[in-house]
Amino acid sequence: MPMLGIQDLHAEVAEKNILKGITLEVNPGEVHAIMGPNGSGKSTLAKVIAGDPNVTVSRGILRYEGRDLKDLDPEQRALAGIFLAFQYPTEIPGVNNASFLRMAYNAKRKAAGQGELDPLEFDEVLQERMKIVQAPREFLDRNVNHGFSGGEKKRNEILQMAVLQPKLALLDETDSGLDVDALRVVADGVNRLRSKENAVVLVTHYQRLLNYIVPDRVHILVDGRIVKSGGKELALTVEQKGYDWLSVHGRTA
Amino acid sequence: MKIKSIHEIVNREYQYGFKTEIEPGVQVKGLTEDTIRFISHHKKEPEWLLEFRLKAFRHWQKMKEPHWAHVDYEPINYQDVIYYSEPKAASADDKPKSLEEVDPELRRTFDRLGIPLIEQKKLAGIAVDAIFDSVSVATTFKEKLKEAGVIFCSFSEAVHEYPEIVKKYMASVVPYTDNFFAALNSAVFTDGSFVFVPKNTRCPMELSSYFRINTEGSGQFERTLIVCEDNAYVSYLEGCTAPRFDTKQLHAAIVELIALDHAEIKYSTVQNWYAGDVKTGKGGIYNFVTKRGKCAGNHSKISWTQVETGSAITWKYPSCILTGDHSVGEFYSVALTTGKQQADTGTKMIHIGKKTRSTIVSKGISAGESSNSYRGLVQVNAKAEGARNYTQCDSLLIGPRCRANTFPYVDIQNATAQVEHEASTSKVSEEQLFYFRQRGISAEDAMASIINGFCRDVFRELPGEFAVEATQLLGLKLEGATG
Repeated sequence: MPMLGIQDLHAEVAEKNILKGITLEVNPGEVHAIMGPNGSGKSTLAKVIAGDPNVTVSRGILRYEGRDLKDLDPEQRALAGIFLAFQYPTEIPGVNNASFLRMAYNAKRKAAGQGELDPLEFDEVLQERMKIVQAPREFLDRNVNHGFSGGEKKRNEILQMAVLQPKLALLDETDSGLDVDALRVVADGVNRLRSKENAVVLVTHYQRLLNYIVPDRVHILVDGRIVKSGGKELALTVEQKGYDWLSVHGRTA
Repeated sequence: MKIKSIHEIVNREYQYGFKTEIEPGVQVKGLTEDTIRFISHHKKEPEWLLEFRLKAFRHWQKMKEPHWAHVDYEPINYQDVIYYSEPKAASADDKPKSLEEVDPELRRTFDRLGIPLIEQKKLAGIAVDAIFDSVSVATTFKEKLKEAGVIFCSFSEAVHEYPEIVKKYMASVVPYTDNFFAALNSAVFTDGSFVFVPKNTRCPMELSSYFRINTEGSGQFERTLIVCEDNAYVSYLEGCTAPRFDTKQLHAAIVELIALDHAEIKYSTVQNWYAGDVKTGKGGIYNFVTKRGKCAGNHSKISWTQVETGSAITWKYPSCILTGDHSVGEFYSVALTTGKQQADTGTKMIHIGKKTRSTIVSKGISAGESSNSYRGLVQVNAKAEGARNYTQCDSLLIGPRCRANTFPYVDIQNATAQVEHEASTSKVSEEQLFYFRQRGISAEDAMASIINGFCRDVFRELPGEFAVEATQLLGLKLEGATG
């Protein structure tokens, strides 16, 4: 049984068909990259797995560890180990980043039948996880993403990932808006969080992230369909030739 | 119940909507001079008070109901209101009862509201005056407070026991001519709380009054008077709830605070009157209240903190008249409106004395189809040398159909004044909720967390345990039990 099993998945956003029959399997320990031109449905695929209420499944199978994801609320999916690093992390004024992280961490512990950690206990966990992504201490004193630069927001997403240690991490264009140094730090963090038990799905525009996080499989998404899958070399081909040669029905989206 | 969207979160049911079945005593409906004479006679009031009431009534008859507030409601039929309603078990004919004699049904009612009318150790820090419809049914820790020199009793009792103090201060801050609802209250007020803290005395416990309207069609016209003499201090908190009825109910109160030299009064309100049906707007309380404090003495301080969550219509502006030099006025407010609620609330800071200072922090949260307006006046008179004001006015919108307005008025007649105003408007979006939920945090906890962050500056002004209560109240109103 794959960790994530998607078959002939169709999904809509605002009554518009975006995903038009996706089939994809992700197994523990694997890294998959989803590439494709703008508007091809890459982000929608990540969102539908995480349970974004704006995305409606109209047809098909969407399973995670054998459970039908359509029956699960976003928070249940999260507690089951699905993590989405958002393309545009939202700002939450008035809510302290450290308390937010603790809330999320404790929600996970509670769901696992473990006791919640108080702020001091949690701080120890946090110190260690912050090293993984080289997050500056002042991140904790600020409000969630509030006034963060684009790069800081992305790094904050990976910090959350480090704290929550998900089984299935969906990284939605986590590389965009990062300079080379930041990209290396983020990629390093993701690599350190990889294990045999967990899987990563990278949604990306560019091949450059894949120099740092090497995928097992690369899928090219065009107009809501996976038009080609292959090994890591497929990303390089795309980098050189663009997407046009892959278009279905003679066009790209 | 699983909550999925902002819409479901803000349409929760009212928790205090039950009605107590209790044998009614005297009830008087309709408003004429006879109504007033009856109330005054029934309460065995002295002649001077009846005269005051009648003067107020005659003045009120000449006044017009004000409609400048940003609220919209059906006309009130003043002849259709019950002006006096007492449960038989707490009749004004009887002498004030000891705590042990309070009717068990009334006691149960307040128990259910979380206000036990007993003097037990656990509650040793708080004295309570409980007001049910038109009468005060019990006041706890009266004796203990008296030992410290502090008078805490119902207004009716004060009229009999301390007429000189009442006479001296009543209507000295809010005269009956002040406004339409103040005139109405002055004519027909029934009960309320009275606090007197003598010179050099720090009130040894928190005082609180709990107002409950129980009878359908009944208005509540309470009157509260708090006086702090030189160098005295008191912290007072009021709470209010009412059952769920389909008809609108009128609540027109007057609260007067007087602080003499170096005195400090901290007045906190957690208002949770029935707000009317979430969807239809049927029923609910018209909350038309005049609250005003006078910093009469030099270096005196009056601080209003309010958490307004209930009422169909809220019309209230707890204000400070800063007469004494170096006196300080503060107003911290959280006003939450959901469903069809409408609130027009804020404050007036009138700077008269030299070097007077005022702070206004207003947090308006609007959800559902509600309308939430801040209205505030900062006035610096010609002789108020070196007056300073800081105003911060923030609005938080939840969902697409609510409204928030800000009406700040500034009137400066002295060039040395420093007045600052900051304002912001933000929104709780579905994106934010999804962000929390994607991290495993329920939508309810997400909302609680956002709201608490937004209200933090105000909540920290509330007395200790009430800050927790206020957080929970907003919790019940907006997102159900948290944690």
